[in-house]
Amino acid sequence: MSETREIRTDYLARVEGEGAMLVRVRGGQLEEVQFKIFEPPRFFEALLRGRQFTEAPDITARICGICPIAYMASSAAAMEQVGGVELTPQLQALRRLIYCGEWIESHVLHVAMLHAPDFLGYDGAIELARDRRDLVELALRLKKLGNELMRVIGGREVHPVNFRVGGFYRAPTAAELSALVPELEWAREAGRELVRWTAGFDFPDYERDYAFVSLRHPGEYPIERGRIVSSTGLDISVDEYEEHFTETHVERSNALHSTLAGVGAYLVGPLARYALNYDELSDAAKEAAEEAGLGPVVRNPFRSIVVRAVETVYAADEALRIIAAYERPREPAVACVPRAGSGHGCTEAPRGICWHRYRIDGEGTILDAKIVPPTSQNQKTIEEDLVGVVEGSLDLGDAELAHRCEQTIRNYDPCISCATHFLRFSVERL
Amino acid sequence: MSAVATCPKLAVWKFSSCDGCQLSLLDCEDELLAIAEEIEIAYFPEATSGEIEGPYDVSLVEGSVTTAHDVGRIQEVRAQSALLVTIGACATAGGIQALRNFVDVGEWIPLVYASPEYVSTLETSTPIADHVPVDLELRGCPISKAQLVDTVSALLHGRRPRLATTSVCTECKARGTPCVMVAHGTPCLGPVTQAGCGAICPAYARGCYGCFGPMESPNVAALARQWRELGAGDDVMLRALRTFNANAPAFREASYDHE
Repeated sequence: MSETREIRTDYLARVEGEGAMLVRVRGGQLEEVQFKIFEPPRFFEALLRGRQFTEAPDITARICGICPIAYMASSAAAMEQVGGVELTPQLQALRRLIYCGEWIESHVLHVAMLHAPDFLGYDGAIELARDRRDLVELALRLKKLGNELMRVIGGREVHPVNFRVGGFYRAPTAAELSALVPELEWAREAGRELVRWTAGFDFPDYERDYAFVSLRHPGEYPIERGRIVSSTGLDISVDEYEEHFTETHVERSNALHSTLAGVGAYLVGPLARYALNYDELSDAAKEAAEEAGLGPVVRNPFRSIVVRAVETVYAADEALRIIAAYERPREPAVACVPRAGSGHGCTEAPRGICWHRYRIDGEGTILDAKIVPPTSQNQKTIEEDLVGVVEGSLDLGDAELAHRCEQTIRNYDPCISCATHFLRFSVERL
Repeated sequence: MSAVATCPKLAVWKFSSCDGCQLSLLDCEDELLAIAEEIEIAYFPEATSGEIEGPYDVSLVEGSVTTAHDVGRIQEVRAQSALLVTIGACATAGGIQALRNFVDVGEWIPLVYASPEYVSTLETSTPIADHVPVDLELRGCPISKAQLVDTVSALLHGRRPRLATTSVCTECKARGTPCVMVAHGTPCLGPVTQAGCGAICPAYARGCYGCFGPMESPNVAALARQWRELGAGDDVMLRALRTFNANAPAFREASYDHE
């Protein structure tokens, strides 16, 4: 009789939101892998119908408390496209600056508090702080700075209030931003410390030839604008997304699975941005990457934690560059008058591209909306990673295998609240 | 007696929400490690995979009830918790997802999901207090970090938390922000919204959008008259009331006057 084992972790911790996971192994063979998401649906695309186009940033921000700027920026960009409005360079820079704050806050939360404990054998950052208080304090100070950028520009850390279609309600003064410079200079160095620290972790030996998808914009590492490109040769405008990407609703999930035509599963987020835009990183970020031994492409998903740390260095560096060049715009926003039509917006949430489409009427009423968050795009790739990781790790004991699978999922910093809840994890060996 | 033995046990629970309010606890960067020394964080899956069994001295509950499963789960949370504190607009009023309470949610599912038969949800999104007794509510979308820290500290020291019940107007006065309605003609929900945020929106040159929900006995009808004079008619007031605290009774009832 073949070995019958059942391993169950009821609740995958240290992810944003809740979901479920099933790995079934029968007679030593991997039979099935499912990454379930059953966050109760909140129906944003439906509840947006009938709202004013100007309300989209505030409403869609509530999809995610960890990356509200991603939703605000993508929806605002879509509405600005409908209105035929372009932001002034100063307003564009300010939008990029607040987004740098979100990258720092979200990346450091994940790197130090949610993901690093996996590599070091702790339950969480508070437990880690008992032994490495210096590192946890460094991370908290970095995270606080990201939040401080969001607060100074946006009014508060979670669901900032100062963000609107066409720009902002109030542009910060140059003095308000300059006050952040000393801490940002510290952060650029502290970020490199984070890179060195994470680069020293023990990484499982696992690589895949991913189809990477990210934004790309000439002269800058992609954050708040760009064309959609891939490692498979795709290069399209944000408007053409639906011609190439398909969402499917599968039974086990309240999120929608995405695939790229002719390719299948694809990967969005830090690994993709990095591979497709390495040349656009700042010198400080490149130096940090080199010091960590990263080449221009990283294919080991477990090393995404190091890439997040490199992007943290970049975000601090970029914030410094923007602040040094900042001139307070005369008007905090450009007027955006509604006209009937469709608009598309896509920006790089910390976890990858966040794509929005809206159709509005001549009075500015939203007729329909489609929102594709990064985690649902990564869902299929996460499942494929699990297959690969489990197949290569069947010799591990039950607890180790369960832990390795959780770690594999956390590589993606999955935001299940975004994708839609409840990550329950179980491994069954029949 | 050892310090460990007297450490109160804290649990953090999530229902239907965006995670932003529990994130506010992790956003207390200056206080987090100090809090963790005085409180045992016994259950907080977003932050730690460690788990200590109940009962718990304090439970912070984020999110609203939107599934049959969660109707049962909140009963279990209540049974294990000496004090149950709801945090944020979802837990205290049903959140933005309570907009479904004003429509037939069956019509919404196919707008988002291609295979509606896979989706199970309740017709309504309801606050925690509709299901179990709640000891304390922290308002806001999201909650105020300052109120969270003060509340945790108050509970630790056995005093009453300092939670305002006045309107946002008092906070504008306190911080010296000129009234955006008077000075700029900007419609503002501040006069009917509970204080606690620190009056952020008017300080950033926009009207309050009511994310802390209705103050005690709000006079929405009087405010609506003022808004009309500023050119903001029924449709604008209706949308303003039906946003993040749409299902809070005072906003919900007032909203019917503007349909």
